[in-house]
Amino acid sequence: MALLEVDRLRVEFPTRNGTLTAVDDVSFTVEEGEVLGLVGESGAGKSMTGAAIIGLIEPPGHIAGGEIRLDGGRIDALRGEALRKVRGKQIGAIFQDPLTSLNPLFTVGDQLVETIRTHLPLSVAEARRRAVDWLAEVGIPAPDKRIDQYPHQFSGGMRQRVVIALALCAEPRLIIADEPTTALDVSVQAQIIALLKKLCRERNAAVILVTHDMGVIAETADRVAVMYAGRLAEIGPVKQVLEKPNHPYTAGLMGSIPRIGPRPERLIQIAGSMPRLSDIPAGCAFNPRCTRVFADCHVHRPRLAASGDGAVACLHYEGARP
Amino acid sequence: MATLAARLRSFTAGDLFYSFRRSRTTVLATTVLALMMLGALLAPLVAPHDPFDIASLSLLDSELPPAWMEGSNPAYWLGTDTQARDVFSSILYGLRISLFVGAASVLLAAVLGVFLGLVGGYFGGLLDAVIMRVADVLLSFPAILVALLINGVLRGILPAGQQESAALIVLVLSIGLTNWVQYARTVRGSTLVERQREYVQAARTIGVGSLRIMRAHILPNVLGPVLVIATINLGMAVLTEATLSFLGVGMPATMPSLGTLIRVGNEYLFSGIWWVVIFPSATLAILVLAVNLLGDWLRDALNPKLR
Amino acid sequence: MTRTMSLAARRPAGTAPLLEVSDLRKHFALPRPFLNRVLQAEQHQLVRAVDGIDFTIERGKTLSLVGESGCGKSTVAKLVMGLIGTTSGRIVFDGVDLSHAPAGAPAKLRRRMQMIFQDPYASLNPRWRVRDIIAEPLQTYRLCASRAEETREVDRLLEFVGLNAKDGDKFPHEFSGGQRQRISIARAISTKPDFLVCDEPTSALDVSVQAQILNLMREMQRELGLTYLFISHDLAVVNFMADWIGVMYLGRLVELAPAETVFASPQHPYTRLLLDTIPDLTMARRGREPVAGEVPNPIDPPPGCHFHPRCPFAESRCRSEPPQLRETVLGASTACHAVEEGRLPPAVASGFAGGAIPTDGAHLLGKIAPPDQQLVG
Repeated sequence: MALLEVDRLRVEFPTRNGTLTAVDDVSFTVEEGEVLGLVGESGAGKSMTGAAIIGLIEPPGHIAGGEIRLDGGRIDALRGEALRKVRGKQIGAIFQDPLTSLNPLFTVGDQLVETIRTHLPLSVAEARRRAVDWLAEVGIPAPDKRIDQYPHQFSGGMRQRVVIALALCAEPRLIIADEPTTALDVSVQAQIIALLKKLCRERNAAVILVTHDMGVIAETADRVAVMYAGRLAEIGPVKQVLEKPNHPYTAGLMGSIPRIGPRPERLIQIAGSMPRLSDIPAGCAFNPRCTRVFADCHVHRPRLAASGDGAVACLHYEGARP
Repeated sequence: MATLAARLRSFTAGDLFYSFRRSRTTVLATTVLALMMLGALLAPLVAPHDPFDIASLSLLDSELPPAWMEGSNPAYWLGTDTQARDVFSSILYGLRISLFVGAASVLLAAVLGVFLGLVGGYFGGLLDAVIMRVADVLLSFPAILVALLINGVLRGILPAGQQESAALIVLVLSIGLTNWVQYARTVRGSTLVERQREYVQAARTIGVGSLRIMRAHILPNVLGPVLVIATINLGMAVLTEATLSFLGVGMPATMPSLGTLIRVGNEYLFSGIWWVVIFPSATLAILVLAVNLLGDWLRDALNPKLR
Repeated sequence: MTRTMSLAARRPAGTAPLLEVSDLRKHFALPRPFLNRVLQAEQHQLVRAVDGIDFTIERGKTLSLVGESGCGKSTVAKLVMGLIGTTSGRIVFDGVDLSHAPAGAPAKLRRRMQMIFQDPYASLNPRWRVRDIIAEPLQTYRLCASRAEETREVDRLLEFVGLNAKDGDKFPHEFSGGQRQRISIARAISTKPDFLVCDEPTSALDVSVQAQILNLMREMQRELGLTYLFISHDLAVVNFMADWIGVMYLGRLVELAPAETVFASPQHPYTRLLLDTIPDLTMARRGREPVAGEVPNPIDPPPGCHFHPRCPFAESRCRSEPPQLRETVLGASTACHAVEEGRLPPAVASGFAGGAIPTDGAHLLGKIAPPDQQLVG
């Protein structure tokens, strides 16, 4: 059984002009110790999917359908104490801006000790020893001194290291990392990604890496799920999705990334932009921008169909007439 | 006209109107406020009596209790005072003066504060430092004390004969000149933020002049909070006016505001004719409450973080 | 200043560069509160955001400044546009010294230089209609004789950047990020400029939209003969846009070279580091060890060569003496003692000279160059 199963997840936001569907019929699984990249452009619903898994959707948004199962047990309808036990202990979270994840009024040591003691039966002294070990583990020099410093005394990269320690110190089995490197300088990004990957591998923790950056995915993920307009466009092993993308959107996305090498006259571009949630076209959500569009695309919504080692939601792969 | 209709349509379809309609307290407060303003504005038309027409007053009608009490005259709904003036009519005329002083002094404070805040925030340097230090000094005294000070200075300048006729202007000036600080500080803060925004830098690279940047680019983007402060300040200004009049340095008894009515009525409170002071006081309280409720809602509605 | 002279010597007569920047400096004072100064004798702290840089941009070409946060690249953009005043140094545009001219003045020259900003959500006044936003430069420089002509011109500009003429009556919030950046571009080219300063114009956009905007900017350069100063932190984007690249680190230029040279034969260790951090979409270099360290606080940069604490080749000279930009290889200049002394193993960044990124796991630091690309300086 997979560690995490997301089954036909649907997240809705009621507004006075109608209900917006931010995540629409999304299903995927995450195996133990696996890194799943959840990739898409802004508004694709990738962050919302991550938030749904840890129960952090801001009202009035809510899970309107589907199930999320961790180790076979449903976690999508948990409230209060039960939710807190899963969040933190079973699932850790890392967000884009390390400053918002750390409380500026407490030392990093206080925050680590509190998190450790919330989830593990340890004394203050033991928890503190473990906190120092964690800081050393995430590569912070002189951890026994730094532990008594405040978040503002750390640089951006060092702060994100502390956040990683906080997310991992309760020994969760799944980490949700939402754009963990977007706020960092390029030379630090690679360090943080490598650190996150190494620590999770060592502890056999699975990671859902939410990002817009295909480069980060290429360096880190085992499998990739590509989202578009709240829906899953394609999912599969990273090599297959990045090098032989099936969905026309993924193909366009990969083509539009500037690369090092001989300079092309033009970049491949996808016309238009992602639709707003309030006016998603009928049929396939990608049809107005698609180069391989045909009549059925305006009518039928494609289902996720197996293709190679993965699956793709495109009528061209559904046995329909191309 | 077409654009006006279109604007009205887009307003009633907009988020602000939606949030207004959903808040019952706000709708109620606005209705009360609108009725009071209408009554004040149309006082000469809607008031049953003219309390300043000495010829129409008869001492026989003095100290009549409100209409539902024994010994009352139904023509005087809220009773009469010691001079036989109709309390209800006096309140309408008093509201007129209170609201005028309130609105005019808020307008004065807002215009002055927005201007000084905009200029200080945009140009910075010595000009900004001077404006803000003056603001700090004003803030370090209680507002009523500053208003009293300005009031005293202005009255000192005026010749003795004109003090009563100029009382209205003196009040507007002394309240307005006290309250601009809040606008100036808020607008200066927003201006400091907005002038760093890229659309202002874009205007500068285009070669748009400073005055035009302040007026056409920055001003419309810093007015939101000003509207909130102005609304809440209207209640404050009405109260300040009432306090000054209560202390005897505001409107004279011949041209009473709500505060004057309360001061005059206060002297008779213990002689049994309570209605002379209670009704003006209640009107003042309801007015300020309604204004504040509206201001609170506006603050929340315009704050994107709370939406 | 050997570099400037050598460039000048190579330049054919009559084609002076459009922009020449020499020894440009911008120091920001971090003011301490008055009482701290008086009672604790605290001094104003000085941030050398731009600390003596030189470059030129030829007509119709693109110079890209790259670097991480705090390197001063955006400050250079603002200095060139006159949005902030220079501390010292010269900015010469088409032969006229603009180093002390504020933004928008003198109008005759500033009309020819416009800017595209990073954040399309912040660079358009949210309370203005798009038509008025694009018309503002036309009105400021009185470029249209009548209202009708102005309307026609705005329509033409909107269509030129790939929008619809009737989009002019909408407000910015009705557009997506990419469309807003098109509006920004329409505003910038409305004065028919020769020179555009682009400050990270696509870093706030999604990749599929970034490609549209980059393609549009290349087309504009071809059709309108524009010269670009293109600021970016993304070397892959720079590879698509730039003819010349200047790599900045903590206020100084550490390398200035033709784009091909930077990618084929990067000299400065920091340039090599930056190239090494580019994620590899072919997944050939997964699992390589990333270079450690972060950009230090610009308030208190390391002495000597600012890069020395992160540099594997640093020696005592690097810790005390700031290196000067000197010509090294293929018209490139580098500010590095190790390069100058020839003790840096020359590197070849793969990929550019044809061929994919090597799969042997070796990364750029310390890779041996073929003999024909050995150092010349």
